[in-house]
Amino acid sequence: MGAVRLVAVRLVSAALVVWAAATCAFLVLQLIPGDPVYAIVGSDALVSEEQHEAIRQQYGLDEPLIVQYLAYLGRLATGRFGDSYQLQQPVATVLADQLWPTVQLALGATLLAPLLAVLVTVATSGRANWPRRVSAVVELVVVSTPSFWLGIMLLTIFSFRLGWLPVAETGDFASLILPTITLALPIAAVLTQVLREGLLGALEQPFVITARARGLPEPAVRYRHALRHAALPALTLAGWFTGTLLGGTVIVENVFARSGIGRVTLQAVGDRDLPVVQGVVALSAVVFVAASALVDVLYAVVDPRLRKRTGVQAA
Amino acid sequence: MTEQPLLDVDGLHVRFGAGATQVHAVRAASLRLYAGRCLALVGESGSGKSALARSLLGLAGPTASVTADRLRVAGQDALRFGPRDWRRIRGRHIGLVAQDALVALDPLRPIGTEITESLLAHRTVPRSQAADAVVGLLTRVGVPEPEERARQYVHQLSGGLRQRALIASAIAAGPGTLIADEPTTALDAAVQARVLDLLAELKEQGTGLLLISHDLAVVEALADEVAVMRAGVIVESGPTERVLDDPRHDYTRELLAAVPGSRPRPARAAPPAPGEDLPLLSVTGAVKHFAGGRGARRTAVAGVDFTLRAGETLGLVGESGSGKTTLARMVLGLVRPDEGTVLLDGLPWSGAPERARRARRRTIQLIPQDPLSAFDPRWPVSRVIGEALAATGVPRRDRLGHTVRLLERVGLAPDLLDRRPAALSGGQRQRVAIARALAPEPRLLVCDEPVSALDVSVQAQVLALLRRLQNELRLATLFISHDLAVVREVCDRVLVMKDGRVVESGPVEDVFAGPAHPYTRSLLDAVPKRARRISREPAQERL
Repeated sequence: MGAVRLVAVRLVSAALVVWAAATCAFLVLQLIPGDPVYAIVGSDALVSEEQHEAIRQQYGLDEPLIVQYLAYLGRLATGRFGDSYQLQQPVATVLADQLWPTVQLALGATLLAPLLAVLVTVATSGRANWPRRVSAVVELVVVSTPSFWLGIMLLTIFSFRLGWLPVAETGDFASLILPTITLALPIAAVLTQVLREGLLGALEQPFVITARARGLPEPAVRYRHALRHAALPALTLAGWFTGTLLGGTVIVENVFARSGIGRVTLQAVGDRDLPVVQGVVALSAVVFVAASALVDVLYAVVDPRLRKRTGVQAA
Repeated sequence: MTEQPLLDVDGLHVRFGAGATQVHAVRAASLRLYAGRCLALVGESGSGKSALARSLLGLAGPTASVTADRLRVAGQDALRFGPRDWRRIRGRHIGLVAQDALVALDPLRPIGTEITESLLAHRTVPRSQAADAVVGLLTRVGVPEPEERARQYVHQLSGGLRQRALIASAIAAGPGTLIADEPTTALDAAVQARVLDLLAELKEQGTGLLLISHDLAVVEALADEVAVMRAGVIVESGPTERVLDDPRHDYTRELLAAVPGSRPRPARAAPPAPGEDLPLLSVTGAVKHFAGGRGARRTAVAGVDFTLRAGETLGLVGESGSGKTTLARMVLGLVRPDEGTVLLDGLPWSGAPERARRARRRTIQLIPQDPLSAFDPRWPVSRVIGEALAATGVPRRDRLGHTVRLLERVGLAPDLLDRRPAALSGGQRQRVAIARALAPEPRLLVCDEPVSALDVSVQAQVLALLRRLQNELRLATLFISHDLAVVREVCDRVLVMKDGRVVESGPVEDVFAGPAHPYTRSLLDAVPKRARRISREPAQERL
């Protein structure tokens, strides 16, 4: 298969994923009880029959469902999601304004979580058993702690007690540290479990005996040979986590009173601001597709058997 | 002898674990290895030969305890070695060549990087000259186009080249001793012979070789001295000629008797005369292509014809990639030929719709090479066989009785019913595989390298069982193997395949006594000489 065709297949499947996510979002939002007009004008506002009808017409809510759906797909395809009911701004503008703080946070967590996972794995996979046991308990606690509580604990210790870091967003780097850690820790804990399992498995492989028989020092055997093998399953998981980061920011941004996509999402869902919710769904579908494409590229970097040039030829 | 030995071991014990579950893997082993000599450790799986070899590298594992009266490696007292001392010895004074290079070299790194690692680990070559040294090493072990190969990964190389690359990485830092642990077991006969030549060459250049093998033919080709191990004890040792020609220990005699081809060909029920009845299986003009890389087409089977009658055993011989397995899959109805037909019992088999074929599938059963991977590891024996019985419509209440009778038929006791595959020995596992294949009362067995994963003595038992079953049940058998001695022992006729074509076929004695095609001759020449001598003798007597 040529490279052009490979990319084309990839793009078509990416478009399918975004379409499927947008369709699901559209259908689910139809199931929410209540009149969207009240979401637009606010539930307390008194509106006359005529005003009510005018708003329905203005937002196309009087059209049959299929026409609304096709119009929605048309807007999606051109990147315009319509206006937010609440903010009276185009959805694209709302999301674009809030994108950067969230990107900072998500990018930080994406870099920090694998880094932590590798460091902890390296530190606890030596010959001695006890660091592994301690780490396994800590990982379990971190994974099972709700992240809002984790965030509050970190705030209590480092901001209120020690006063090292700011409580809320100040715009500089210091205010990014605690939210990033809160977002990254649970991910790092799961990645560590997978990575260590993979490392211990790889150390049982025959090529490790060969490497040791060459007279390599133990760290070289572990980190030059075995760790790379352990990275493959962890990579799959890391790609998935990157896709879910947008969901994670909902909680973290609210706990740390940061602006960002997560905060906008929570508000939009609460206010039934349908165009914004649909915009966020489409955005997160795109992030997922991009993350999994990136993981596929990284696979080929780690494993030569998956590369085009050096790959395994089908028998 | 005044020369100092490379390895000097006395009273070596290796124990794994502690307390009641402790395994005493090596008991009071003594051996001496000199430069330019080859000592072979022979024994079956579990005899402790690998544990012994690993302990000479200080790599017996974290749960092992190694004790000895004397353990001298490269002239130094290894009993006092710490981790750092062992690292200095490994690679620099003792190299290790393991069994299967596909997994013994890191699959994620080019072979050149792997060899460089050996060079740099002991700083024998400055980094700037490492690339040249790698090319030199690959040339020395007979790898063509060394610059290009150094950039390739193990999975891109053929079995023979892979093993050469592994040897190159083992000798990179110039060790005086090489431990070769089953270095040719994963290879075809012809490739095996070339790798053995390479090892012999290294020996002549002064390397001391500790060869570990269960294959007496390989041992004979290479070793100056043999030590036979059983259950952790060296039961007999001495010069190769003496041990093989005049074995003193019963176990050595047992091992020698079990070598395929060492027995006279057993009397067989006469195979049916051609034309007497309809062939059970007939393959006509079978062709199969597979899509290769970059739109290329690879022809796996290029026009093969053969027939097989009830009670007849047809051997299918060839190297890996010759199309044996694809042909077997066509016979099993798993691969559809691009051209040609397969008739089963005179009725169309290939190309018939699966719905029509399913009821007839019980006629053909497969005995796989490695039953451990062909069984569900969580299923006990009773369920493995019960499933095959269920598929042929045996009612649930009768299955247990049937299973016990099948186990008896293959020589297994009913107390194995609750065992899982991992808790069975290799021989027991292959017997269970045979029992499972017999469950649907087939008329044709396809055996794909059925004994190549087994130790010689077990191999002999399983072959005897297959022969008995063929005679009793008048089964037709398609027997795939790369081991000519095994084929000669069980087959009536033989097909020799190369590059998808049958290059020679005929009665087994004729093909072995007077091979017509040069390829058949090269396959026969590749069989190490003892097996060849033994297997040729009776054929010549008949002339």
